[in-house]
Amino acid sequence: MSRFEYAPAPESRAIVDIKSSYGLFVNGQFVEATDGKPFKTVSPSSEEVLAEISEAGPADVDKAVKAARKAFEKVWGPMSGRDRAKYLFRIARLIQERSRELAVLESLDNGKPIRESRDVDIPLVAAHFFYYAGWADKLEYAGVGEDPQPWGVAGQVIPWNFPMLMLAWKIAPALAAGNTVILKPAETTPLTALAFAEICQQADLPPGVVNIVTGAGRTGQTLVEHPDVDKVAFTGSTEVGRAIAKSVAGSDKAVTLELGGKAANIVFEDAPIDQTIEGIVNGIFFNQGHVCCAGSRLLVQESVYDEVLARLKRRMGTLRVGDPLDKNTDIGAINSAAQLARIRELSQIGEDEGAERWSPECELPAEGYWFPPTVFTGVSQAHRIAREEIFGPVLSVLTFRTPAEAVEKANNTPFGLSAGIWTDKGSRILWMANQLRAGVVWANTFNRFDPTSPFGGYKESGYGREGGRHGLEAYLAH
Amino acid sequence: MTTLDSGVDSLADVTSSEDRLRRFLLGLPGVDQVGAEARAATLSTRSIKTTAKAYALDLAIRMIDLTTLEGQDTPGKVRALCAKAMRPDPADSTAPQVAAVCVYPDLVATAKHELRGSDVKVASVATAFPSGRSSLAVKVQDTKDAVAAGADQVDMVIDRGAFLSGRYGLVFDEIAAIREAAGDAHLKVILETGELVTYDNVRRASWLAMLAGADFIKTSTGKVSPAATLPVTLVMLEAVRDYHESTGLHIGVKPAGGIRTAKDAIKYLVMVNETAGPDWLDPELFRFGASSLLNDLLMQRTKLATGHYPGPDYFTLD
Repeated sequence: MSRFEYAPAPESRAIVDIKSSYGLFVNGQFVEATDGKPFKTVSPSSEEVLAEISEAGPADVDKAVKAARKAFEKVWGPMSGRDRAKYLFRIARLIQERSRELAVLESLDNGKPIRESRDVDIPLVAAHFFYYAGWADKLEYAGVGEDPQPWGVAGQVIPWNFPMLMLAWKIAPALAAGNTVILKPAETTPLTALAFAEICQQADLPPGVVNIVTGAGRTGQTLVEHPDVDKVAFTGSTEVGRAIAKSVAGSDKAVTLELGGKAANIVFEDAPIDQTIEGIVNGIFFNQGHVCCAGSRLLVQESVYDEVLARLKRRMGTLRVGDPLDKNTDIGAINSAAQLARIRELSQIGEDEGAERWSPECELPAEGYWFPPTVFTGVSQAHRIAREEIFGPVLSVLTFRTPAEAVEKANNTPFGLSAGIWTDKGSRILWMANQLRAGVVWANTFNRFDPTSPFGGYKESGYGREGGRHGLEAYLAH
Repeated sequence: MTTLDSGVDSLADVTSSEDRLRRFLLGLPGVDQVGAEARAATLSTRSIKTTAKAYALDLAIRMIDLTTLEGQDTPGKVRALCAKAMRPDPADSTAPQVAAVCVYPDLVATAKHELRGSDVKVASVATAFPSGRSSLAVKVQDTKDAVAAGADQVDMVIDRGAFLSGRYGLVFDEIAAIREAAGDAHLKVILETGELVTYDNVRRASWLAMLAGADFIKTSTGKVSPAATLPVTLVMLEAVRDYHESTGLHIGVKPAGGIRTAKDAIKYLVMVNETAGPDWLDPELFRFGASSLLNDLLMQRTKLATGHYPGPDYFTLD
């Protein structure tokens, strides 16, 4: 062998035990769905059917809401914060103990590389439960009044891009604050949520405190529209978010929405160049670009445009696309055929509108849903690929001349979830961060998450905050 | 100041005066510490198995500068080291030879004699190693002595005091003078990154050494902690990659000190592969300054071939 070819290094699947079919998790038990039609969840990297999943219909959702209501009134609501914390700490430890299994399961069901599910997703899931466990007996110090009270029953709907992490973002603060929950995972990625249901059983969590109902959009709609749900939390597309906002308007439900984004990642000429390239790559190719806060619009100062592009392309040539369970994979599979179709469609539109498309040479597997890391140059603010969320490994590159122009272009979007700034000048970072209308502004880094840090959007990226002390606020009436 | 004469026309102007050199070095893009360390950490998660591991283990052995740099070194010790360099694994003749044996100048002749007829080179440290605190005349003579005794490669140290106080011209001139004194010998320039501390300094010192005529840039003497680290080596690999882009010249990189396990060595090779590129996966362009590393590589090599670990007593101690 004359070159250093990395041999396949697959993480073993033996550690996961996927059942052929799953029921719903209601009132502490797995139960058969009474209405609704079962559906299949597939592995996006191979199109292999992993399991048959129940669809929760209105009667099932109603049972789950009743169970949650009863648990809230009889057990979880009256329980002291200190005791709730014990359960949350127990769940956090169980997640750590089962982290390898959960990482494999997540990569199988979602298509993301094991390196990310193992090193990012699952450690963050445990960290969120640990963090909010610590808050459970200290709510009066959260800065939301002297005697903050839970809303009651929370209906939560989460997306497929970070299935278990989004579950943690929703469930951990809700339980810490004293709410009970009904969570609906995305229809393409229900398996880790169902594994989480087992963890709740293992932790002896009182029945009804956590309920998991599976299904697609209709199940989610039934859940958020259920009259006995006090609080609705949704992460997903702006389109669905809008529909939810409409359907709960006029009711007294509390709502938080975390929606789409089209983040600007802004590179100044004095940026630390090699780390900037890593940040650009991490910003758009992390999790195949299925990240609502992805740095999908690269704004480069014209004076360093050529150098940044040349280095970025060279770096993209070293990205390893393939089997999500291979420990050396950098970019895994696109989550679903539908998402792949959307990425293809928008990329085609980019070409048709005159932007120049480039991908490194890379062989894509024959089975499954795949899209190569792609960069579009010659993109202007008017192009659709500069305005619409692609939610895939596709980067649009634009240029600017002055800091003011960078701010103007960065803010010229209906979204406002995140932004990145790359410069060696501290004063410029602070000035830019004040100008940018984005919930999260990263400086000389991108896509960094921490349970102590609030996250959320401006404008059409939604409202409410998750994470940190701010994240508690969404689950407390005040 | 000395000017450059060969191969680097595009950068010749940079070294035409101290002021220009200074402006060039201070104008290099900064290195973000958090980002550089994160990149090194991510690369260390690569999983190198089976055929890839076999390739990496043999390559790492071929890249070793088997080193002894102690006050207590004797001809006997050096002879033992040379024997090991030529035949690292007494039980397995398929184990490759190492690249070189690295000793103090007074032991070069002994090493040269022991290694005669083999492809293993003799590297000598010089220039008042490890501190470099001596006059230029002494450093030049030290270098000439080592070369006269038969050293194929000279590992010099830079004047860190001069570098840290911003006297880049002085550091440049000294490297250039040693370059000349070393004649045909390969010149490795030790930056002693543990004393330069910041990654910005590491990048500047790397460029300074390359502009002054280094064939290799080397992290450390092994006498200062921290010695070689992955992020420092990353920054140096980026420097040689960028220098190659500007000049077409390949400069080597040698992390030295603190690399003791096969697992660590493989992390470095992954970093070389994905940063400077496959051209550098060659003993001509990448070396490990190490001693105990060799036995672990040999042990992992035997494990891979036979399926079980031999005891440490099956490998020679020198």
